[in-house]
Amino acid sequence: MAGAGGGGCPAGGNDLQWCFSQVKGAVDEDVAEADIISTVEFNYSGDLLATGDKGGRVVIFQREQENKSRPHSRGEYNVYSTFQSHEPEFDYLKSLEIEEKINKIRWLPQQNAAHFLLSTNDKTIKLWKISERDKRAEGYNLKDEDGRLRDPFRITALRVPKLKPMDLMVEASPRRIFANAHTYHINSISVNSDHETYLSADDLRINLWHLEITDRSFNIVDIKPVNMEELTEVITAAEFHPHQCNVFVYSSSKGTVRLCDMRSSALCDRHSKFFEEPEDPSSRSFFSEIISSISDVKFSHSGRYMMTRDYLSVKVWDLNMESRPVETHQVHEYLRSKLCSLYENDCIFDKFECCWSGSDSAIMTGSYNNFFRMFDRNTRRDVTLEASRENSKPRASLKPRKVCTGGKRKKDEISVDSLDFNKKILHTAWHPAENIIAVAATNNLYIFQDKVN
Amino acid sequence: MFARGLKRKSAEDGEDVEGGLAGAQAMPSYSLQRQSLLDMSLVKLQLCHMLVEPNLCRSVLIANTVRQIQEEMAQDGTWRVVAPQAAGRAPLDRLVSTDILCRSVREQEGERPGPDAGDGHTPDLVPGLATVPSAQALRSPQSSLWEVDSSRENRGGFQKSLDQIFETLENKTSGSVEELFADVDSPYYDLDAVLTGMVGSTQSGHGSGLQAFSSATAPPPSSSCRSDLGELDHAVEILVET
Repeated sequence: MAGAGGGGCPAGGNDLQWCFSQVKGAVDEDVAEADIISTVEFNYSGDLLATGDKGGRVVIFQREQENKSRPHSRGEYNVYSTFQSHEPEFDYLKSLEIEEKINKIRWLPQQNAAHFLLSTNDKTIKLWKISERDKRAEGYNLKDEDGRLRDPFRITALRVPKLKPMDLMVEASPRRIFANAHTYHINSISVNSDHETYLSADDLRINLWHLEITDRSFNIVDIKPVNMEELTEVITAAEFHPHQCNVFVYSSSKGTVRLCDMRSSALCDRHSKFFEEPEDPSSRSFFSEIISSISDVKFSHSGRYMMTRDYLSVKVWDLNMESRPVETHQVHEYLRSKLCSLYENDCIFDKFECCWSGSDSAIMTGSYNNFFRMFDRNTRRDVTLEASRENSKPRASLKPRKVCTGGKRKKDEISVDSLDFNKKILHTAWHPAENIIAVAATNNLYIFQDKVN
Repeated sequence: MFARGLKRKSAEDGEDVEGGLAGAQAMPSYSLQRQSLLDMSLVKLQLCHMLVEPNLCRSVLIANTVRQIQEEMAQDGTWRVVAPQAAGRAPLDRLVSTDILCRSVREQEGERPGPDAGDGHTPDLVPGLATVPSAQALRSPQSSLWEVDSSRENRGGFQKSLDQIFETLENKTSGSVEELFADVDSPYYDLDAVLTGMVGSTQSGHGSGLQAFSSATAPPPSSSCRSDLGELDHAVEILVET
């Protein structure tokens, strides 16, 4: 398996010692709904880290450059830009509000000095340009330094304006707005490897866009039944292949993944590959379908594998084998006996995301009680860590946590019934090249680093 | 959240209640727990955000669960009117800890009831919800709110009502949403009330997609479901008004 093996990327999640690095966000116990983080994403270099929240805001952090005079701040992420990406809207035809919550952010590969990202709420995708301004022109002829217009008749001499340095200003401006293409709620966006197109997926349809064109999109998948009464399955996530610009996958609420090739037909209703693990009939219950629903699908960086997250597990699939995954990792199997309660309080519908490490040697996903889990694919070891303010001393090592499933609870273990199901880690991100991870815990963003780093 | 330790009228059909109470002391049976899961699911489908479009994925998954339960119940032949008191109390008290349903099929094999010989009641469409047979007997035939028909039609009606939910979800207008919530002063989640039939019937009478949930066959008046005539009149009044 190809992977970015070199350059500061040692194997896996468990040879590493994860340490607290930073935490962003309010300390208040009282969490404002708008501050809840709804998406986290590193850019291609890892220098920028973007978060979106339920209030429609995007906050971008930038990694500080190495600085010999301040060695401890090396690698710290500080706020680079904050802007309001989406506002709440009202759909007058349906008399319904459209939430401003940012569902996904995806960066575009950097092509010049500016940075571009796509952010989306339930209905509208926006392309944002984030650019720096660190110079300004001084010495205009027609206006004063404070901007007041000068009387042209008073001007006796002409001068050439000069560029002078100024305090860095980071500006975000919306460059494209891709609207009115989705009847249902957008759950995914994915930039194509051609860097010209991207897809957006809602519950029943997937559209293909060109980044330059906002008034047209091509529908490439449509699973809406003629009769809505016959609806039994929805699209839950979609992603383009990292290298093959004609290939994408989409997952469903029935636990299946379809791989489609856009070369085969304009409407990719017929899949090229169909990934589904046969159900174990002995473990079937009324909740089997719900917990099999896939909440996230991600290609490995190599493009050879993909990972799916369902309610209780993460599965790694080899794209060449459709019949079953090559790896299955249990995230919180102790919840299996609590499914009825979790159904009752709706937690069973929580959509957890998952991510690969830069070298694809480890995978990470979130759980409840602010726990998150890491699986090392090489050593086959896994660890449970916690994002909490208590473990927030600078460079403090994170202690592995353990959930006690029954019998006598050991010291330092936490019993299943004591888990806080309101503290859920749905969104995590892994730096593309280094062992730095970003974990969103409600309204706080935690950044952890490997000690070696 | 759930009423515990409420005194209740002693049911006329002592045997049923005894069985029910005995069941309440021990672990509730698979069918009772399945019943409560069905009720919970139906309530979830009804609970829609007033202003924001409901999550389609969640609705589809819940609807599929309801279908599954319905199919299994049809196979079992266990669609029957359950005495409201017994149905109302036992599973609710244990709603949170119902782990039987989380067990696999193999584990449950020994526990599942065979096709119920029944007590002569016509299979009910939604056994838990519409358990006021006397009220239905009082209803006027031309009342458009209720389908007083054979069980087979009602099963179709059930399917239809599920589909209506989707239509409602898809074509939600402010009118229907307001209707849904017009008279709610107690939380929907008062499953207790829902299962005892009175308040639940009125609440679920709102909205086009939801009426059918409460519709049911007209089984012969059951002695186990006798209630104050006054209460029944009141219920019918409310139903007819909506």
